[in-house]
Amino acid sequence: MKKTHSNMTSLFEPTILGPAIIESFKKLDPRHQIKNPVMFVVLVGSVLTTGLFVQALGGHGEAKAGFILAISLWLWFTIVFANFAEAMAEGRGKAQAESLRRARKDTPAKKLIKPIYGSAYDTVSATTLIKGDVVLVERGDYIPMDGEVVEGVASVDESAITGESAPVIRESGGDRSAVTGGTRVLSDWLVICITANPGETFLDHMIAMVEGARRQKTPNEIALGILLVVFTIIFLLVTVTLLPFSIFSVDLAGKGVVITVTALVALLVCLIPTTIGGLLPAIGIAGMDRMIQANVIATSGRAVEAAGDVDVLLLDKTGTITLGNRQAVAFVPTKGVSVEDLADCAQLSSLSDETPEGRSIVVLAKEKYGIRERQTKELEAKFIPFSAQTRMSGVDLGANRQIRKGAVEAIEGYVRNAGGIFPDDLKSTIEIISKGGGTPLVVAEGKNVLGVIQLKDIIKGGIKERFAELRRMGIKTIMITGDNPLTAAAIAAEAGMDDFLAQATPETKLKLIREMQTGGRLVAMTGDGTNDAPALAQADVALAMNTGTQAAKEAGNMVDLDSNPTKLIEVVKIGKQLLITRGSLTTFSIANDVSKYFAIIPAVFVGTYPALEALNVMHLATAQSAILSAVVFNALIIIFLIPLSLFGVPYRPVAASRLLRDNLLIYGLGGVITPFVGIKLIDMILVALHLV
Amino acid sequence: MSLNDFIQAAFFLIVVFLTVKPLGTYMAHIYEGSPAGLNVWLAPFEKWIYRLCGVKTETGMPWKTYAVAMVLFNVLGILAVYAIQRLQAFLPLNPMAMPAVSPDSSFNTAVSFASNTNWQGYGGESTMSYLTQMLALTVQNFVSAATGMAVLVALIRGFIQKQMNTIGNFWVDLVRSVLYVLLPLSIVFAVAFVSQGIPQTFHNSAAAKLLQTAKDSNGKPVIEQDLALGPVASQIAIKQLGSNGGGFYNVNSAHPYENPTPVSNFLELLAIVLIPVALCYSFGVMVKDRRQGWAILAAMFIIFLPCLWAGIQIEQQGNPLLDKLGVDQKASDFQPGGNMEGKEARFGIVNSSLWAVSTTAVANGSVNCMHDSLMPLSGLIPLWLIQMGEVIFGGVGCGLYGMIAFVIVAVFIAGLMIGRTPEYLGKKIEVFEMKMASLVALIPHLFILIPTAIAVLTVAGKAGISNPGPHGFSEILYAFSSAAGNNGSAFGGINANTVFYNVMTAIAMFFGRYWLAIPMLAVAGSLSAKKIVPTTQGTLPTHTPLFVFFLAMVVLVVGALVFFPALALGPIAEHLMLVKG
Repeated sequence: MKKTHSNMTSLFEPTILGPAIIESFKKLDPRHQIKNPVMFVVLVGSVLTTGLFVQALGGHGEAKAGFILAISLWLWFTIVFANFAEAMAEGRGKAQAESLRRARKDTPAKKLIKPIYGSAYDTVSATTLIKGDVVLVERGDYIPMDGEVVEGVASVDESAITGESAPVIRESGGDRSAVTGGTRVLSDWLVICITANPGETFLDHMIAMVEGARRQKTPNEIALGILLVVFTIIFLLVTVTLLPFSIFSVDLAGKGVVITVTALVALLVCLIPTTIGGLLPAIGIAGMDRMIQANVIATSGRAVEAAGDVDVLLLDKTGTITLGNRQAVAFVPTKGVSVEDLADCAQLSSLSDETPEGRSIVVLAKEKYGIRERQTKELEAKFIPFSAQTRMSGVDLGANRQIRKGAVEAIEGYVRNAGGIFPDDLKSTIEIISKGGGTPLVVAEGKNVLGVIQLKDIIKGGIKERFAELRRMGIKTIMITGDNPLTAAAIAAEAGMDDFLAQATPETKLKLIREMQTGGRLVAMTGDGTNDAPALAQADVALAMNTGTQAAKEAGNMVDLDSNPTKLIEVVKIGKQLLITRGSLTTFSIANDVSKYFAIIPAVFVGTYPALEALNVMHLATAQSAILSAVVFNALIIIFLIPLSLFGVPYRPVAASRLLRDNLLIYGLGGVITPFVGIKLIDMILVALHLV
Repeated sequence: MSLNDFIQAAFFLIVVFLTVKPLGTYMAHIYEGSPAGLNVWLAPFEKWIYRLCGVKTETGMPWKTYAVAMVLFNVLGILAVYAIQRLQAFLPLNPMAMPAVSPDSSFNTAVSFASNTNWQGYGGESTMSYLTQMLALTVQNFVSAATGMAVLVALIRGFIQKQMNTIGNFWVDLVRSVLYVLLPLSIVFAVAFVSQGIPQTFHNSAAAKLLQTAKDSNGKPVIEQDLALGPVASQIAIKQLGSNGGGFYNVNSAHPYENPTPVSNFLELLAIVLIPVALCYSFGVMVKDRRQGWAILAAMFIIFLPCLWAGIQIEQQGNPLLDKLGVDQKASDFQPGGNMEGKEARFGIVNSSLWAVSTTAVANGSVNCMHDSLMPLSGLIPLWLIQMGEVIFGGVGCGLYGMIAFVIVAVFIAGLMIGRTPEYLGKKIEVFEMKMASLVALIPHLFILIPTAIAVLTVAGKAGISNPGPHGFSEILYAFSSAAGNNGSAFGGINANTVFYNVMTAIAMFFGRYWLAIPMLAVAGSLSAKKIVPTTQGTLPTHTPLFVFFLAMVVLVVGALVFFPALALGPIAEHLMLVKG
């Protein structure tokens, strides 16, 4: 998997950094800030302290103008830093969108007058095409819009979208008929029916997604937002009521000064969860960004988040769990037939069989029994291809030899029609093969059954480890296959899957998903065919393959550009990482408050109750340096945590308890301790620089 | 802590532990409707009550209907209590011919008893007729406790039920709570109290000749004293069991008739924590996972035990100012030592501290010593226990549903930290639950901080203070914490029977009660309608020591962050000044 278009950009890429800095000042607009209640409170605080500074300049200030200015400036910085985090995340997305946009050239399109190859065409601009138009794309042409191939076969360079440089085959009918606007035909021609209106294409979706323009808040983000707003209200309450408490205490003690509004605003901003509040938009945008980097396009952030919650994963056997083709591994003759005879007939029947299975039979016959390939012409052979109706293939040699191979039931019927009987001893052989995860292919000549070819599925390398990883994440894997239950069970066991659905049809798949969902589970599945579409539409997380049909892509809520079904594991990880980053930074943000109290409370009340100096555990130099240090720390921590919010807290597939323990230690305990150190350091620097 | 102290505290805790399982199982059976002795024998009577009241027991209520029934029932209770107080002069069972209670005090008391707070601005024996004590106050003691239990049971049903739009029937839950839990236990305890000498009579107060002639405020000699009597034992039983705490006498369980002996003290203490603790176990039984009940109980004990230990320790150390004067404050065979101010000699340090911590952990509010006279830091403990939201055991029913609100917040944060949409007991915690749980976390703070701020700014508010310095501030803060937390105990020093305090605390009590109960019913309704997500390896286990510890931390940190500045200006400043001399 190559990532040619994904951003390998370092964190401080100047092309992103520059505009981000400008953007972070533009975002000071209150209309933007109101969307984020936590930061809006900071904005109000900044304006208020700026006003107090102006008042202090006039000589009627509640404290020294310099001090108010310092607090006010750092409050402004707090917002700018938060804006910067968001702008950085957006900038990284925009850089990707830009490279995508280059793919969307305004290409001329050959709009066919009649929807068939060879018809005359008008050359029009691609932007004028609408759904239902039919265009011709020839060698070297760019495909003007998303569409469905109605005629022709061609190799297409999709590197602009997928980053994969090897060309792919697109042809009419079947599961490889969808084409994407902006890709280029390398050979041959295609007649394409346009399936998207301008602005609705895949590329448009992708660009909108990476730019964050269509980003809707996910349910967990909304719930977290509520929690943050509640914390903000509580701390607003705490600081607002502190003024009367202070007035009353000064009155009672008869000494000290009432807490200044500047100090109250500083305390408020330090207490409200600005760290998570400021980084929340960046985390969400960066999460989508990571999906794009994994070459997965999600149609909504909701789907990404749901991916983190997936309980059950449905995977197609063929192509996902096993290599696409089965291979012959043994010939088992029935009683009275020699293995060489069986091998010979099996080879004859497969000489013209171009399927991987057919070829593997020829190879096995040669390697094990030394039967050499023969020319079909010499044998006057007539090849009977496989059809879905007969479920057999074979060869007719002259008029008297008819060799067939196929599924058990098919051959049983064929032999019986010819007046033969199916030997009983073979049935137990067949069962043994099935139980072992193999596929029995019965060979018959005329009315005589000769024996069985044992085909075996080859499990993909490393797939078992991936399923083990999924199990550690708490995700159950289910294999979907058209095989009979015996074969399915054996393969599922070999691949290390938890369960299987054998003899699957679109209806049984849909039923399985519905049952799982009724049981409260969240189901993810991958699919590419049109027959997967209903199940994809029903699944909570549906990853469609880019090579798949338009129907599958529309039914899914994510598209994998690499068309790699195991990509779901990546998607799950990204979904989880998104939540973990939010949760960890929330914990960190709240844990920070402890130290800020110890910095600010003694500073503001020591005049009234000198004994409160005992709470100044950090031994901060002066009351002013204490308050300023807390505010500066609060602003700087946002900058320090930008990389974490953009790259996410790493996720490891370990048990939930362990993950919680580790993250609590790092972000909970760490969140309590870090600011004690940070505030003290800042205080020391402020003193050393004689700033306070 | 001396060995003697330790044994007293440990004995109490062991007895509490022994009651958890039997009582918890019994209550679970009662609410599940499965046979548990009493509910079989009294079933005809229970059915008769429903027939009499026209309650259709078979129909469940959607959460809104349940909430309306709960609020209406409580509002009617408030009106009844108000009316009885105002009319007591014309009503029977008033041998002392008590006049009508003032409108503001009546209002305050009505809200106070309906909301299970039992804040008392009045002196019971000198204000209320026997009829008022029994028909108004004691009845509310039962039904306000039962209301809390009903809301809890409805919430538990939210976790058990799958895709249902009802959460049970309020009237059934109410009747069962009173009939099978509160009444039987009250009868047992009342009889035990009578055996210890607590009065249970309709007789007029008794007169006793003083050994030494005293003088009244006009300088006239006084040779006789009225010994107030009444139906005390029965009211004390439910006052302790139902986390009510409203004493028959003004000084509550410090009064020798309300709490005469160490045995009665032990039983009253036990009655405070009995039901709230056992309900945690009932919760576990009802959600079919006892570990969940134990986990919540463990989180409560993680906070309770250090508070208890610190409380006893600080009181036993006594006052540093007295140390400087060379006063011997050490415990010895001849003296209890420590800070004995405001304490009954028959209870001593340990039993007073045990009570102070228990009565505030549980939203009970009865007292056997004066919290005003506790050392600053050991006075901070009860105050803080209330401010944490009365969830460390908490009032019957309401403590646990408050704790479950904290569980929802804890599960939400923990869920995010492990990368899953949070779930608790198989129910997804989503936006609606977070909104409601946030309300529950927010409301008490709102009604503690704002009224306190108003009080310290107004003449009427400041008029109530009797102590200078930070202690005066603590008194006001404690009063509103107690009211909003539905505790009902007081830092005695404050004169709260004024129009200002009667009205302000009544508002705090009202919102502190119903604005928590209604959101939790909404949560019950929302949870009830959800599917149950099966447990997988990716599910966050909520019964592990890790989660228990995390839950305790969430409760502690929220409580600490919200009240640290206020506490710094009150008890903490007072303590530091005391240490400095």
